[in-house]
Amino acid sequence: MNSSALTMMLVTEITVACITIYFFYKILKTPPKKEPDSFSENDAEK
Amino acid sequence: MSNNKEAWGSRVGLILAMAGNAVGLGNFLRFPVQAIQNGGGAFIIPYLVCFLLMGIPLLYVEWSMGRFGGKNGHHSTPFILDSMDKRKFWKYIGVFGIFTNLAVAAYYCYLESWTLSWVWHSVTGSFSGQTQAEVASFFGSYISLETLEPIVFWLICLVLNTWILSRGLSGGVEKVAKIGMPLLLIFGAILAFIAVTLKAGEHGAINDGTMGLNFLWTPDFSTIWTPKVWLAAAGQIFFTLSIGMGSIQCYASYVRSKDDIALNAMGAGWMNGFVEIVLGSAIIIPIAVGYLGIDTVVEMTKNGGLGLGFKTLPYLFDQFGGALGIMCGVLWFGLLFFAGITSSLAMGTPCMGFLQDEFGWKREKAAWAFGATVLLLGLPTVLFFNYGVFDEYDYWAGTVSLVVFALFEIILFAWVFGMDKGWKEITTGADMKVPVVFKYIIKFVTPLMLAWVFISSLPGIWSQIKNEAIDKQILAATDPAVIEQLKTQLLYVNISRVGLLLVWLAVAYLVYVAYKKRIKEGRFTS
Repeated sequence: MNSSALTMMLVTEITVACITIYFFYKILKTPPKKEPDSFSENDAEK
Repeated sequence: MSNNKEAWGSRVGLILAMAGNAVGLGNFLRFPVQAIQNGGGAFIIPYLVCFLLMGIPLLYVEWSMGRFGGKNGHHSTPFILDSMDKRKFWKYIGVFGIFTNLAVAAYYCYLESWTLSWVWHSVTGSFSGQTQAEVASFFGSYISLETLEPIVFWLICLVLNTWILSRGLSGGVEKVAKIGMPLLLIFGAILAFIAVTLKAGEHGAINDGTMGLNFLWTPDFSTIWTPKVWLAAAGQIFFTLSIGMGSIQCYASYVRSKDDIALNAMGAGWMNGFVEIVLGSAIIIPIAVGYLGIDTVVEMTKNGGLGLGFKTLPYLFDQFGGALGIMCGVLWFGLLFFAGITSSLAMGTPCMGFLQDEFGWKREKAAWAFGATVLLLGLPTVLFFNYGVFDEYDYWAGTVSLVVFALFEIILFAWVFGMDKGWKEITTGADMKVPVVFKYIIKFVTPLMLAWVFISSLPGIWSQIKNEAIDKQILAATDPAVIEQLKTQLLYVNISRVGLLLVWLAVAYLVYVAYKKRIKEGRFTS
């Protein structure tokens, strides 16, 4: 691959991957809100 | 009264379902072709700018509109829009949010059924030992309905979609997303690895797979100031995020008002971006260039990525030989199937939400009504595919309607509902700090960009209305049989156009009936 294509690809893909992972990490780490919330699966855990 | 007691099972399930709604066949077939045709690696610059200035703002707007509507028990756009302003006409603008889903599902389910059929043919070795022309001819025979197989797979696909929808949000849609999205990522990663590590001389390849990547990512910065490239980027953002359809509002309407939408919107939106940019660019073009060379691929992609995906890739996978060839076929069409079904399920929920909310229908009845309507509307796209009916649906419902609806909804949200109230809706319960710059982007930049996209599309719309492309073909044709075929195509195209208009009017009539019913029952309207 030529250097401009490689740079373009790596910069874009690493940026997009990092942002995606960051938001997913934040979603998974954020504690759920108090019941009643929007989700039924955690209702029994109250 | 509404029978709508739907709820999401989990937050991850909601995000995967929303990402599945966005991730479709276009992520793998349309994006790489758009990139090739619009400046290669440089295309990513207008693409990301449009994502930031149009995609993300519209995601915030649609998620918050949905959650706002859900507070008052509205799960489809007619009455979500109605609840945001006193003027009565907004509910008829909201008709687009049901019409688009019905009309797109009508042809999209047929496309989805091809992927199911191609998985089957990959497993049974139908493409084994065939030449490239024979595989392409198989596709031609398939869409010409030379056997009943396309109808059978289409019906299987429709019944499967309807059955999953009848199981509800958490019991059906969310379960499919939780299985389908991880599998899609795994399948995509395996195929991308195989494509990128393809070596010239191995399995009959003439080039390295990286030559395809090089071709796709080499930036041609001279194109960056071309309006055509920006229009292509804006169009791709529309297609890829499923904005302007009404399905995001519907999914978000089942989120309670104190729960987050801002972070959820970013999670789903960027996941779609990851699939499109990282995986979408690394499969079809590297393999195609590896076997066919750049010139042939450029020629083949002039008509879009569909032909490359269905007519050429099965032949190329066969060159891998044996189990690897079969595995790649199953992974590729399996991936497309998961991308397709998670999107088509999202198209069913607004229509079901409307029937449940307004007419008190049970979920199962609403799902089967949706399935039956899609069967009816989709039949012309299956039977008359070769006469351009499929493309006509795609143009009006899958392209023009999205832009029109998005333009109206951003005006409603930012200028009628009011940006201060709108900003409060976006940030209430947010698990992240939404950059305040988006308040101004939503108010000023996004409407202008949408207006620019719409105005730029007007000459094309006018040309489509006048059937200029077909007329030109008729004028250029000399063979009487071809002229006759084109005239028949013109007839079918006009009939399907009138049909789509009638569908819009029928949905508008149902909205009118629902409105009268609400008044009679003393239920909330604006």
